[in-house]
Amino acid sequence: MPIAKVNGVEVEFEPGMTVLQVAERAGQEIPRFCYHERLSIAGNCRMCLVEVKPGPPKPQASCALPAAEGQEIFTDTPMVKKAREGVMEFLLINHPLDCPICDQGGECDLQDQAMGYGRDGSRYAENKRAVEEKNMGPTIKTFMTRCIQCTRCVRFVTEVAGVPDIGMISRGEDAEITTYLEKAVDSELSGNVNDLCPVGALTHRPWQYHYRPWELKKTETIDVMDALGSNIRADAKGAEVMRILPRVNEGINEEWLSDISRYAVDGLQRQRLDKPYVRENGKLRAASWDEALGIVAAKLNAAAADRIGVIAGDLQDAESMKAALDLFRALGSANTDCRQDGSALGYGPREGWLFNSGLAGVENADAVLIVGANPRTEAPLLNTRLRKAWLAGKTEIGLIGEQADLTYDYSWLGAGSKTLAKLPKAAMDFLTKAERPAIIVGAGAVSGSDGAAVLNALGALAKKVGVVADGWNGFNVLHSAASRVAGLDMGFVPGEGGKTAAEMAAKGALDVLFLLGADEIDLSKSGAFRVYLGSHGDRGAHGADVILPGAAYTEKSGLYVNTEGRVQMAERVVFPKGQAKEDWAVLRALSAMVGHTLPYDTLDALRSKLMADHPTFGRIDYLPAPASFDVGSLGRKGDLGDASFVSSVRNPYLNNPITRASVTMAELSALRIAPVAMAAE
Amino acid sequence: MFNRLVQAAKGALLIDAVGAIGLSLKYMARPKATVNYPFERNPQSPRFRGEHALRRYANGEERCIACKLCEAICPAQAITIEAEPRADGSRRTTRYDIDMVKCIYCGLCAEACPVDAIVEGPNSEFTVETREELLYDKDRLLANGDRWERLIAKNLELDAPYR
Repeated sequence: MPIAKVNGVEVEFEPGMTVLQVAERAGQEIPRFCYHERLSIAGNCRMCLVEVKPGPPKPQASCALPAAEGQEIFTDTPMVKKAREGVMEFLLINHPLDCPICDQGGECDLQDQAMGYGRDGSRYAENKRAVEEKNMGPTIKTFMTRCIQCTRCVRFVTEVAGVPDIGMISRGEDAEITTYLEKAVDSELSGNVNDLCPVGALTHRPWQYHYRPWELKKTETIDVMDALGSNIRADAKGAEVMRILPRVNEGINEEWLSDISRYAVDGLQRQRLDKPYVRENGKLRAASWDEALGIVAAKLNAAAADRIGVIAGDLQDAESMKAALDLFRALGSANTDCRQDGSALGYGPREGWLFNSGLAGVENADAVLIVGANPRTEAPLLNTRLRKAWLAGKTEIGLIGEQADLTYDYSWLGAGSKTLAKLPKAAMDFLTKAERPAIIVGAGAVSGSDGAAVLNALGALAKKVGVVADGWNGFNVLHSAASRVAGLDMGFVPGEGGKTAAEMAAKGALDVLFLLGADEIDLSKSGAFRVYLGSHGDRGAHGADVILPGAAYTEKSGLYVNTEGRVQMAERVVFPKGQAKEDWAVLRALSAMVGHTLPYDTLDALRSKLMADHPTFGRIDYLPAPASFDVGSLGRKGDLGDASFVSSVRNPYLNNPITRASVTMAELSALRIAPVAMAAE
Repeated sequence: MFNRLVQAAKGALLIDAVGAIGLSLKYMARPKATVNYPFERNPQSPRFRGEHALRRYANGEERCIACKLCEAICPAQAITIEAEPRADGSRRTTRYDIDMVKCIYCGLCAEACPVDAIVEGPNSEFTVETREELLYDKDRLLANGDRWERLIAKNLELDAPYR
């Protein structure tokens, strides 16, 4: 490897690195505004000036200068110091002095670097420029006078989000960042530009003015809005989660976060269940825990074992599902299901329901066939990876299912199972030709009545084109519910002779139906006595006879398994609302009342039991290596039918109880989804 | 033995009593150090740190912009602020509470304020009968500002050359 000298210290670097990266490697911090590791290099803020020898006797922008063998880089000479002071002075010429009312205040790159590298006073006495505010939609609040034209936002939406909605117009003093004719930024990743903005020009509109960064308690946890399990940091002020920011996890979300994960946080304050309710004469009335649990226990004990059942929802943690599963098995019931969408997954080897290549691994695939999924709505951060691979020109992408704008080109092969039964030759060719082909199976493709047959056909196809090979497993199931893989891993599926979720919801199927945060299933026909344990007064709670208030995902510590099979632990950020309790504790209390006391008194004991019964849960933050398995044996052979595949997520902004309670999500849904629906009507 | 004799002589001759009367007579002739409060008052420095007040601009707009620097610097953590955008989009507090029982009257809040909104005014006479009355909210603080504005403005002006 070539060697350069940074401030006299020799450092090795990889060919192709820039001077800035080499200096960074030597431990020298270089101030910057426009440079960002995951975006293209612009070189327009000039803050990263360093002195380089050999070279012209002037400071050079280190972010855009390739490092060379034998180069001498200086980051602390008087020339560099003077250059930085000069650049900072120019940047501050037109930057308003409104830090006290700026939401970026306290975590602002410009503030910090002006303190670290700027002059102490201003020599500028002329008029400052002012720029009109722009409308960029409900997620982005603009104060364009503060903009320093680093163009990070422009590069992000163009390169990563693939929606070229933001651009820079005019030159010199008139330069402005704007959207075309006040158009809202139409990207499911728009919130990231607010994070990227090094000043306060773009800030988070939903949380505008609500907090100061120094008064927040920061907790690192896991997101549940999609099945990727993005790593997040939840910041709380008092008993309220104020904001959600992404954490870096190269394997999952890099450092981005979708708007849903980020801005659904106001849904945690609305529509909350904060005390137990029981239905009396058709009306719900508040009750005590003892009374509500007593009623549930009496009903469970009175009903026959095969006339009771439990359905687990999409946002549940593994612990609460384990407690519910253990309780109902102890009661002798086989009616347990975590698949509200009626998916055919959950039988056979574990690899049969995992995203086996890994989210980062899918970038290595040279041919990707997406079946019955819309990654842009179901898993926006998987979509950015596919786009990245496509941009690099390494990957060809085919799609069976609904056509949609995925921000990259793909060849549309057909609408549904008919295409799958007889795949066009071109499609076969592009998969067989590929060295590392991958199939992304959407939850929508395998959830219909022919789900098992579709899964079988996909397995057969995967086997035929060599999707599972030595050291490569491209059979990827993309779930849309955060709890699904954990549920399948612990066998939260109907036991011997048990009923599936849809069968449980049928008329007269059960006497007592326990809904563990299950809101996405139609229960209008079910005549069962319904118990709802969950956090929000949403669909599941509406017809319930007993409502038990539970904890939302920020209010309990819990294990979540993402679609790759990676187990991650979420932490409690704030306490549950009102009288609400953590879900597992409610189930434990109920178990004592029905006379089948669960063998754990603490969350740790429950976790130990879970890990003992299902060892995969013990490997936290661990991504299984690509394992070979018999992909052809998945599902059940049968008639594929003639159904069109539809994405399992119809409206990502109103896809779970938390988003449905969120004002921001309602705005985003109206802006981004409703116009499409109207056009289709 | 000798000491006891001297002591007895001093007692018999009332030496200490005469000295005390002399001292009293001396101070009687001097000018008074006390004032007849509340009818008379001592002069007050323009830097006097008394009861808090939230000020307004001349056009009636409140000065406070909810930057929360006072809340951050308050060593007694007596200030509680909540903020959100007002209907016109400007940054304003929805809640500005000072717990005057916690407050140590250090004046750091006024020092931190970038817009001279929170100040410690000249008023030191705000005794109350219950503890609850000392939990000031935004209305009370703004009312204080309106009442004391003339004196506060004058004091700030007088102190300005030294800042």
